[in-house]
Amino acid sequence: MIKDIILQLSIRSIRLNFLRSVLAAIGIVIGVVAIASMGMMGANMTMSVTQQLSAMANVLVVKADTGGGGGGFSFGGGTGQSSSTSTSKKSSSSTISTIDYITKSELDDLQHAAGKYGLVYPLYETSDKIVVGDNQGRATIYGMVDTDMGSVLTLDQGELPKSAGAVAIGPTLADRQGLALGSRITIGDETKNETVQKFRVVGILKEKGLSMDLNSDNAIIMTEKSYVGIVGGDEQYDQVNVIVSDIQNINATKDAITNQLNYKKSVVTIQDSSRMLSSITSTVGTLTTFVMAIAGISLLVAATSIFNVMMMSVTERIREIGILRSIGTQKGEVRRMFLYEAIILGLVGAGIGAVMSIILGWLVVLAMVGTTDYFFTYQSLIYVPVSMAIGIAICIVSGVYPAWRAANLDPIEALRAD
Amino acid sequence: MQQVPVIELTDVSKVYPLPSGDVIALDHMSIRIDSGEFVAIMGPSGSGKSTLLNQIGGLDVPTSGTLKITGKNIRKMSDIELTNLRLNAIGYIFQKFNLIPLLSAYENVEYPYILKHRCNDTTGRVSRLLADMGIDRKMAKHKPAELSGGQQQRVAVARALVNDPATLLCDEPTGNLDTKTGAQIMDMLADLHSKGRTIIVVTHDPSIGARAQRIIRIKDGKVEAA
Repeated sequence: MIKDIILQLSIRSIRLNFLRSVLAAIGIVIGVVAIASMGMMGANMTMSVTQQLSAMANVLVVKADTGGGGGGFSFGGGTGQSSSTSTSKKSSSSTISTIDYITKSELDDLQHAAGKYGLVYPLYETSDKIVVGDNQGRATIYGMVDTDMGSVLTLDQGELPKSAGAVAIGPTLADRQGLALGSRITIGDETKNETVQKFRVVGILKEKGLSMDLNSDNAIIMTEKSYVGIVGGDEQYDQVNVIVSDIQNINATKDAITNQLNYKKSVVTIQDSSRMLSSITSTVGTLTTFVMAIAGISLLVAATSIFNVMMMSVTERIREIGILRSIGTQKGEVRRMFLYEAIILGLVGAGIGAVMSIILGWLVVLAMVGTTDYFFTYQSLIYVPVSMAIGIAICIVSGVYPAWRAANLDPIEALRAD
Repeated sequence: MQQVPVIELTDVSKVYPLPSGDVIALDHMSIRIDSGEFVAIMGPSGSGKSTLLNQIGGLDVPTSGTLKITGKNIRKMSDIELTNLRLNAIGYIFQKFNLIPLLSAYENVEYPYILKHRCNDTTGRVSRLLADMGIDRKMAKHKPAELSGGQQQRVAVARALVNDPATLLCDEPTGNLDTKTGAQIMDMLADLHSKGRTIIVVTHDPSIGARAQRIIRIKDGKVEAA
């Protein structure tokens, strides 16, 4: 027999009204599961995105400083805005360059400053109309110095373009346009009086995914010569990427570039992935909080049902409370009896909820994030005890008033009840 | 030798304020009950019997006057002290038995013991009391709802005695029992009285009153005859 007679009475009361108690506990189960699985989803999403982004944390993108913070940069699919890390020391409108490209001499300076930390490669970039057979579309077109291609690009099939008239394409573009090795692409928009030229696909690149420097999956890559031939702007690079070999040197590289090029006025802006990372992380965080708040509403509903059950329990047992009080049970003990009841409901509900949230959370993460690699990590599983604690706390809070009411009943009135 | 009375009411009034005007349930009542007495409080319904019993039992506090239970003025007691008084000094026996439905007969008797001693009964007192009342071990495992009225009242008497109170307060103890069972319960009370316990019985049944040493008749909140 359990020593504490008061706890004993609570347990028996729950057993006596088993169905009602179970229904109330189910509310807590649902609430705990909702909060935990949403929290885990957010945590897994954050970790997954962080993992993807840190893969490119060693990349610096250098662009001409045209003022206005350097603008954003585009990804293969959507557009991720990231404020640039302006390293300007005297950033005022009067000193800002109006040139929107990086010149050959600036490239040389960059090479000089950052070359020792890793690979520095310039990039021409534009977007143009393409025609493949009867299909029309647009694609990003990159022009690259031949010698850089080998170190930056990874081929899936074919070879890298060496001559004018040859291009390599990204796998997404190849899929979308049904391109294979040897296919022909017409680039240029005659309605805008542009040079229209046919190119032959000689290489298809490996899928690269989200990237800072070069989003090749959905792009056409050609030699510098070919690019200048149709777009123009020889030695006017749109961006220069620095792939730092040792991630420890990221800041040193940034400083070196700043000292070399921006010592008088802000000539270039340097972007790295840290800003983007923190902005994405905080966006996911905000979304997670929001979704969890919605899930929290289910716990409020649960709280109401616990409150209701407790009030019913008090009302049904008024006479019993009267007996308990008249034979010497203290107010505090009556209060404890009803609080125990709420805590037991909370513990059982939260316990079942915890088990179910691991199962359901796993499924939600699999469905929403696509990977469960991060599921069994501290950051993800912490939501199980957290939501349990919230569930139990809500039960206790809902039980406080009924318990207080029970304890403060007038014993004479309570004894008279029937 | 002047003994401290078990119950001493001096000029006690109890007024229930109601919107339609105050109801005076006890009207300047003075009663003294000494240790070892067997007293019947009798009167018609509405005479203030129940109110008086609630005061004596420490369930309620008078509006004015002095009510001393074993020498202590209950108007100066906190709720916790009053509750402890009910637990230790008074044994309550109700007309409707008032056992706790969630507990077995044995546990019902043990309950006040646990409240007082903060542990289960290992002295065998509970079993002994139940045996004295004619409740065997098998019966003691049943819930109150599974027992007859007479059995329930015996369990209630055992419960009232478990913390060895000086006074037993009985509120129409035979009111819900047939004559024969009622007589058995009264025999038990008489037996307890012969062993030195103070018994106060509230009743409107003259045959119950006849078993007492002294009858206090009350009417309209006043003592009519003592």
